[in-house]
Amino acid sequence: MSAKFLQLIGLAVCIVAIQICTQMTDSSYYLTQLTMTAYYSLLVIGLCMLIGYAGQISLGHAGFFAIGGYMSAFLTTHDFTAIKGEPFVAFLSKIGVLVVRKDVYGGELLAFHSWPACILSVCTVLIVAYVIGGPVLKLKGHYLAMATLGFGIIIYRIVVGTSGLGAADGISGVPGFTLFPGVVISGKGSGRILNYYIAWGVVIAGMTFLLNLISSRVGRALSAIHGAEDAAEAMGIPTANYKLKVFVLSAGFAAVAGILLTHFNGSIGPSEASVMKSVRYVAIVAIGGMTSLWGAVFMSLILNYFSLRGSFGTYDDAVFGVILVLIMLFAPDGLIRRQILIDLKYFFRRFAKKEAAL
Amino acid sequence: MELLFQYIVAGVTYGTIYAIVAIGFNIIYNTTGIINFAQGEFVMLGGMTAFTLKEYMPLPLAIVSAVIITMIIGALIEMLFIRWLHKPSVLRMIIITIGLSILIRETALHIWGEGVTALPYFTGTSLSSVNLGGVFVSPQVFWAVGISSVVVVLLGVFFNFTLLGKQMRACSANREAARLCGISTQNMVTLSFMLSAAIGALGGCIVSPITYIQYDSGSQLAIKGFTVAILGGLGNSTAAVAAAMILGILESFSIWALPAAYKDVVSIAIMLIILFLKPSGLFGNAASARLKEY
Amino acid sequence: MTTLLSVGTLSKRFGGLQAVNEVSFSVTAGSIKALIGPNGAGKTTLFNLISGVIAPDSGFINFCGHEVQGLRPHQVASRGMARTFQHIRLFPKMSVLENVMIGRHIHSRAGFVAGMLNLPYAWSEEKKIIEKAHEILAFLELENLADVEATSLSYGQQRNVELGRALACEPKLLLLDEPAAGLNMSETAELGALISRIRDTGVTVLIVEHDMTLVMDISDEIIVLSYGKKIADDKPLAVQSNSEVINVYLGEDEDDA
Repeated sequence: MSAKFLQLIGLAVCIVAIQICTQMTDSSYYLTQLTMTAYYSLLVIGLCMLIGYAGQISLGHAGFFAIGGYMSAFLTTHDFTAIKGEPFVAFLSKIGVLVVRKDVYGGELLAFHSWPACILSVCTVLIVAYVIGGPVLKLKGHYLAMATLGFGIIIYRIVVGTSGLGAADGISGVPGFTLFPGVVISGKGSGRILNYYIAWGVVIAGMTFLLNLISSRVGRALSAIHGAEDAAEAMGIPTANYKLKVFVLSAGFAAVAGILLTHFNGSIGPSEASVMKSVRYVAIVAIGGMTSLWGAVFMSLILNYFSLRGSFGTYDDAVFGVILVLIMLFAPDGLIRRQILIDLKYFFRRFAKKEAAL
Repeated sequence: MELLFQYIVAGVTYGTIYAIVAIGFNIIYNTTGIINFAQGEFVMLGGMTAFTLKEYMPLPLAIVSAVIITMIIGALIEMLFIRWLHKPSVLRMIIITIGLSILIRETALHIWGEGVTALPYFTGTSLSSVNLGGVFVSPQVFWAVGISSVVVVLLGVFFNFTLLGKQMRACSANREAARLCGISTQNMVTLSFMLSAAIGALGGCIVSPITYIQYDSGSQLAIKGFTVAILGGLGNSTAAVAAAMILGILESFSIWALPAAYKDVVSIAIMLIILFLKPSGLFGNAASARLKEY
Repeated sequence: MTTLLSVGTLSKRFGGLQAVNEVSFSVTAGSIKALIGPNGAGKTTLFNLISGVIAPDSGFINFCGHEVQGLRPHQVASRGMARTFQHIRLFPKMSVLENVMIGRHIHSRAGFVAGMLNLPYAWSEEKKIIEKAHEILAFLELENLADVEATSLSYGQQRNVELGRALACEPKLLLLDEPAAGLNMSETAELGALISRIRDTGVTVLIVEHDMTLVMDISDEIIVLSYGKKIADDKPLAVQSNSEVINVYLGEDEDDA
């Protein structure tokens, strides 16, 4: 309980320290990538919960991210003026769900306010995850991986092939997310520090929820399912139901991440839905140590940040591929854990033994 | 009526390549229980390598060399990344093969760039066609179907009538028992990777003139091939061929009803439906499938 | 004397094998009933049928007045039936205490939302779970091992932890699948005493066991299965002198099963 609390404080201190550093070195432009990293981290911790704690792989989480982002982008940019007269639309604008705002060209458009758009998008993702998750989670191993991969590809294909969603260009001109008057999630330079704190605040909130969950009755049940599913079932744990709930929960994290990042960037493109993105998220979870939320956050911070800064150049995907293979070969339980030293010792001893045998 | 036939021909052509990828999946699955997510990359490598080699040598020789090179790559992959793992979990194997597929794809990107490549037609040109009772069929289709049929027959002979083939089947039936009979199961696994890489590469060469190949063609083919493998029942190559034809034709007819951009959506939706309703495949036995570990 | 569990004409076929063939019996509340039979007689299948792991082809299972055949194992468990496994199935990477705490799952209700928000009722419930788990560890004399990783214990201790986990469910009926397998004679005797103590707390026990000494010592009644069929269902002494049972166990003619 208190250890958890201290860890969260530690994360918060790190976040503040980084901000102060950039302030002092006059390099606050780094904060933009750090903010984006935060949103990706939100997805990653949700996925970590699913893979590490419930033991279910998903190669389709970029799909949930994209559904959330695209839907919110569509709702806040689509002009409903043409059907203003419809009673339902009129009702929506009357209660403030639809608002009139200026578009980038200075014209007026009637579109969704960011809050209702966000709520609708999250609900949609939760429903999709619930409907898909039911049959998908009955599958195991390769079949589960392929089914989630298939789901991801379907979303990608739909996004790329639908002109209403901007096809290959995606949706741009997405307005900022007005959390409450004066506090807007957007990429504008003036709100950079505020946005950095909002983003990491969301991550810390997410971490708090998940850490609480892990140490609760449900978390214990989840590790039981991961450890011995038949025994968990025999102890009265509704395993299918729990797996589905974690799946929906992690999809919800992905949706929130997608929505907030889309509003921050002001746009979303089909690459956010690509299979490679899903694989990256899995890679980060794997590298951080499947069952370590802190490992996942830490690796997400490092890898996403450098990837977004373009440090890997044209080898961006290749870097993830190499790390993925190396980690799975040599440290399948991830890097961030105490036993790593013991493992290395074991590895070298075995290596030495082989040498001696030759 | 003629249009209908054209659609069927197109379907069979695509079906052929799906069948080849599915057979590649099955060969490795049968000896190791692994689904090799990098299977599509073998197809891409075959097509791309042959394209480069044909600058320096006649086309048939280029294809043979490409197949051999891919086969060696397949063997190297198995020896470097798979062989020495001790009882890896399914999750670990999935992630490793996915990682490998990314690596192969990215390497291909840096060697060949993003451009689309196509081998020349084996006979004639893209314009020549054979008149089949009023329907014009490209000769490459005959090559594709012909070579694939030969491959399927040869594989059947290999697995049923040669000692090596029987040893590989023994590994799939019971690895422990095969080992006790003095079969080197590790070498059988290497062999299965070589075989499936070679078949994939050959498939890449055959379809390259019709469908074109680029560095990222692999993953798409992989998911189609997997769909077909599932449709036929994992591990059953004869059924996979039948399933491949069904999927190819369904896909080609789906263009009637849906925009072409959604073509992939159709086949993946079919895969999901099969996984949900009958994971043992259209021709599989549900009771025996339940005994397998996926 | 009320009947806690009654099973009627229960059958299960696997392909060509009739694993359980029209078996009927009942278990009286507060008794210890043993299920014996040669290897392959269908004892474990019968167990799996009762606990819901597999669904029967025909027949009924009535538990506490409700038909439970076809229910999922967790539904059967939440009605008050807990089990142990022939091959110990403890949760790895969890301490002994946590393993036992899992047993309290059906008696607590904090869900995902309560867990994530750490609501007051969730943590007061958690406190009760820990208390109860300690109580059970004390009953089994495992208190000093509470924080040890369960799967690192000795075989006999792991058996006891598994038993503790099942007891934490506060079951009406406890199903024990070959609990004495792999135990030496003194450990088996201790186990026998323990099972009797558990029965004395009001728990009904149905036990599959090979160790005849243990079975004869503790059971109130014994069912004998052979090739999926029930051939005897009586008091221990009567079963011992049952000629069919003797045939099955000692064999006749060249039949050496």
